[in-house]
Amino acid sequence: MPTRETSDVIVIGAGVVGAACAHYAALAGLSVTVVDRGYVAGGTTGAGEGNLLVSDKEPGPELQLALLSTAMWTELADRLPPAVEYEAKGGLVVASGGTGLDALREFAARQEKAGVVAHEVSGDRLHDLEPHLAPGLTGGFHYPQDAQVMPAHAAARLLHAAGDRVRLAPGEEVIGLLTGAGGAVRGVRTATRELHAPYVVNAAGTWGGAVAELAGVQLPVLPRRGFVLVTEPLPRVVRHKVYAADYVADVASGSAALQTSAVVEGTPAGPVLIGASRERVGFDRTLSTEVLRRLAAGATALFPVLGAVRAIRTYPGFRPYLPDHLPAIGPDPRVPGLLHACGHEGAGIGLAPVTGQIVAACMTGGEPPLDLHPFRPERFDATAS
Amino acid sequence: MTASPSEPNNEAGAAAAPGPDTDRHSGAPYDLAVVGAGSAGLAGAVTASELGLAVALLDSSPQSGGQYYRHPAPALGAVRPEALHHDWSAFTGLRRRLAESGVDHLAGHHVWSVAKEADGTWTVHALTGPDGCDGAPVRIRARALLLATGAHERQLPFPGWTLPGVVGAGGAQAMLKSGLVLPGRRVVVAGSGPLLLAVAASLSSAGARVPAVVEAAGYLRYARSPRALLANPHKAVEALVHGAALARHRVPVRLRRAVTEVHGTDRVEAVTVSRLDRDWRPVPGTGRRIACDAVAVGHGLVPQIELATGVGCATRALPDGTLGLALDGLQESSVPGLWAAGETGGVGGAELARTEGELAGRAVAARLLGRPGGAGPVAGLRRRRDRMRAFADVMSAAHAPGPGWSGWLTDDTDVCRCEEVPAGRVREAVAELGARDARTVKLLTRAGMGWCQGRMCGTAVACLAAGGATPEPSPERRPLAVPVPLSTLAALDGATDRSVDSST
Ligand SMILES: Cc1cc2nc3c(=O)[nH]c(=O)nc-3n(C[C@H](O)[C@H](O)[C@H](O)COP(=O)(O)OP(=O)(O)OC[C@H]3O[C@@H](n4cnc5c(N)ncnc54)[C@H](O)[C@@H]3O)c2cc1C
Ligand SMILES: Cc1cc2nc3c(=O)[nH]c(=O)nc-3n(C[C@H](O)[C@H](O)[C@H](O)COP(=O)(O)OP(=O)(O)OC[C@H]3O[C@@H](n4cnc5c(N)ncnc54)[C@H](O)[C@@H]3O)c2cc1C
Repeated sequence: MPTRETSDVIVIGAGVVGAACAHYAALAGLSVTVVDRGYVAGGTTGAGEGNLLVSDKEPGPELQLALLSTAMWTELADRLPPAVEYEAKGGLVVASGGTGLDALREFAARQEKAGVVAHEVSGDRLHDLEPHLAPGLTGGFHYPQDAQVMPAHAAARLLHAAGDRVRLAPGEEVIGLLTGAGGAVRGVRTATRELHAPYVVNAAGTWGGAVAELAGVQLPVLPRRGFVLVTEPLPRVVRHKVYAADYVADVASGSAALQTSAVVEGTPAGPVLIGASRERVGFDRTLSTEVLRRLAAGATALFPVLGAVRAIRTYPGFRPYLPDHLPAIGPDPRVPGLLHACGHEGAGIGLAPVTGQIVAACMTGGEPPLDLHPFRPERFDATAS
Repeated sequence: MTASPSEPNNEAGAAAAPGPDTDRHSGAPYDLAVVGAGSAGLAGAVTASELGLAVALLDSSPQSGGQYYRHPAPALGAVRPEALHHDWSAFTGLRRRLAESGVDHLAGHHVWSVAKEADGTWTVHALTGPDGCDGAPVRIRARALLLATGAHERQLPFPGWTLPGVVGAGGAQAMLKSGLVLPGRRVVVAGSGPLLLAVAASLSSAGARVPAVVEAAGYLRYARSPRALLANPHKAVEALVHGAALARHRVPVRLRRAVTEVHGTDRVEAVTVSRLDRDWRPVPGTGRRIACDAVAVGHGLVPQIELATGVGCATRALPDGTLGLALDGLQESSVPGLWAAGETGGVGGAELARTEGELAGRAVAARLLGRPGGAGPVAGLRRRRDRMRAFADVMSAAHAPGPGWSGWLTDDTDVCRCEEVPAGRVREAVAELGARDARTVKLLTRAGMGWCQGRMCGTAVACLAAGGATPEPSPERRPLAVPVPLSTLAALDGATDRSVDSST
């Protein structure tokens, strides 16, 4: 039992987003209690891949967030221990046909206007960057700003590095929100006790909708399943984060079918990670062999040497998504004292630092680094628009 | 549209139906697919087949018999493989019935996943070839599934356990049975569980010197359940046989002791054996050195249930802290159409496995043929099963690791051998980074992420994560029961479908 049950902030969720919120709140001088029904990184953070990407984002509010956050990650990489495995490895998007390359060019040109660095790589130079790539690709783009971290350590180390101002309350589920005069938040209730704080941050990821409901407001966060395939450990055969250009077209297609586009990357520990599928099937954990087939086919098409390599593991994760594919970040005008930091879908690892910074700024009267309007949590209410 | 999370995004809507290839399957599905051709699977397969079902029996090994009836490959020309088995005749009986039955015995098939299709049938995905690496995927469809995948040995690490010459006790037994090879000439047998006595007896009969059997538990807890003992006289007989063998070879059995250190530079030269308190904490100052050139260790068996938990089967916590499948009176799991028998439901020995296999075979036949299963034999089988299960639970409780065992782990003892993660790193993840369960420890230390996927270190990691408290057993999620080459996964579309009339 902790000795004090009162703090300045309670963060619900010890995933990477909750950890970043706690980290920046503590840096801003606040005392923080982080409550999780499980343990650090036990939610989607433990099932994600850890890419910090700008390459896949269209110009718009999410890209703005990503650019800010990527810069913050480089600074964190100096402050956090090496265990977070930060690697500024860069991304490589490749095209196999002429039209694919044209689409990439057009996409990169728009991104560059928004501040993304992208270099075209001709087909005959691709192998300088990735010696094991399949022959016959027409070209691609190199995105030096793309990087990678180890997600579980990112969360654990963000919490640890914040020092004594952050207290961890693992293994406790929040089952109610305490409110006071005028409906303002006073804290949370768990199965065994009450914790008090004038601010509560909803960083419950895919379960953020349920936490919002505890506060009597709606936030339609839903799960979007993804599988990752993990190979046996290998010497470095994949240096960047590599994926095929098709996804640009896929994004535009709006197809309702199961989508997979192989994204291949090596890790410092040796295994190659192959991601990732997207499906809306609720929280179903059962293995889909069709997903595995597509991921493996995509990866071996990009890197034929991987054909003989064995997958030793695969796991599903459930990305938290909101209908407009943007996270909810910031104060909830419907419940004074409640802030949201959830719904980051497939980009929560990358977007965690900036999210934490925004949340901390909102609680300490600081200036958020960008316009929060696109991320306002109440935007899905029928009345608000 | 923004839609661009950090893994390259594709806009997806409702899940596409996994698009199975059901329509591409040419022949009719089997009535029953049995995974595992050990005691339980063999009994289940022949029983179901004799009752009229079309049965496929898959096993990764080239021979039937499972762990207990391991025997030398014919090429070794062993004269009397039965010398190492108590009830070899039960096995030869099953083998004869298998040969006479219409069961399709698919040896050398490594099952990596099972799936229930939308129409309620099962698909069993297997790899073929000696180590599952020749790349040819095979798919079997069946109306019912019986999982009889047995168990693997449980290990608790100790300083020096990675030295050459330290082998699994069950592994030593298996080596002896299938290749007639001894792990050493002076072999200390250590750990906990009844298997140790069997292993020591086999080793000494085969000519090794066993300076001691080192058993961490006392045998007192058996005495607390005289009823289960009296109801299972065959177990007492078995113990007597082992006891006689051990006495004949002058093998001392040292209770409430453990190997707490292994000595040697390139391989085992000696071990230190220490006394344990009630909680299995080593008592300081009690260490005694025993010279030996090999150590055979094991702490009982862990049911191998990942194929079942992969499709959501419920589990039950066993008295020794492992998890088995939760099964109903007729061996069916919580997922309709999936039965299990043998060690998958809890470790209990070859005879129990056989009984459960037969029970499951009858239950499946009754379900598929729409007849109530012949009450007579079923009632008798159930009684025998219940009696042996009760004994198995007593045994399991008697050998549950005490909470103090990690006292013999130094910080630099590797807990996870695949990823070389020492105990100190696990302790740090728990003390400083907020890990409290095996999964978080795995994420933060890589313990359990390597080749064996935690089969070897799972128990130890869970205990260290719980920091002295009893760890909550949680089903390991291993959707791939065996490693699968990417080229095989990529070629799943062209997998060979085996069906009743495609037998080759
Ligand atoms: C296959 C896959 C690949 C991915 N790849 C990437 C990638 O490459 N790059 C990237 O940036 N992102 C990636 N993501 C997305 C990323 O993993 C998520 O966006 C991110 O982890 C979300 O973090 P979070 O902290 O919001 O949620 P979580 O990590 O899920 O944390 C939420 C926590 O809240 C706790 N909680 C919920 N309800 C309660 C309650 N009532 N009381 C107490 N605690 C509660 C949960 O236990 C959980 O620990 C991927 C996701 C998947 C599934
Ligand atoms: C290493 C070891 C040694 C043992 N030695 C003894 C002993 O000396 N004396 C004794 O009384 N008991 C011993 N036992 C216990 C004894 O083996 C069991 O009580 C008995 O064999 C249980 O029968 P079963 O059918 O449940 O499992 P098993 O006999 O273990 O049969 C399981 C079968 O399933 C197959 N299988 C598993 N997974 C897959 C997969 N994914 N794909 C395809 N096939 C698969 C295996 O190859 C195996 O043939 C030992 C157990 C082990 C693990």
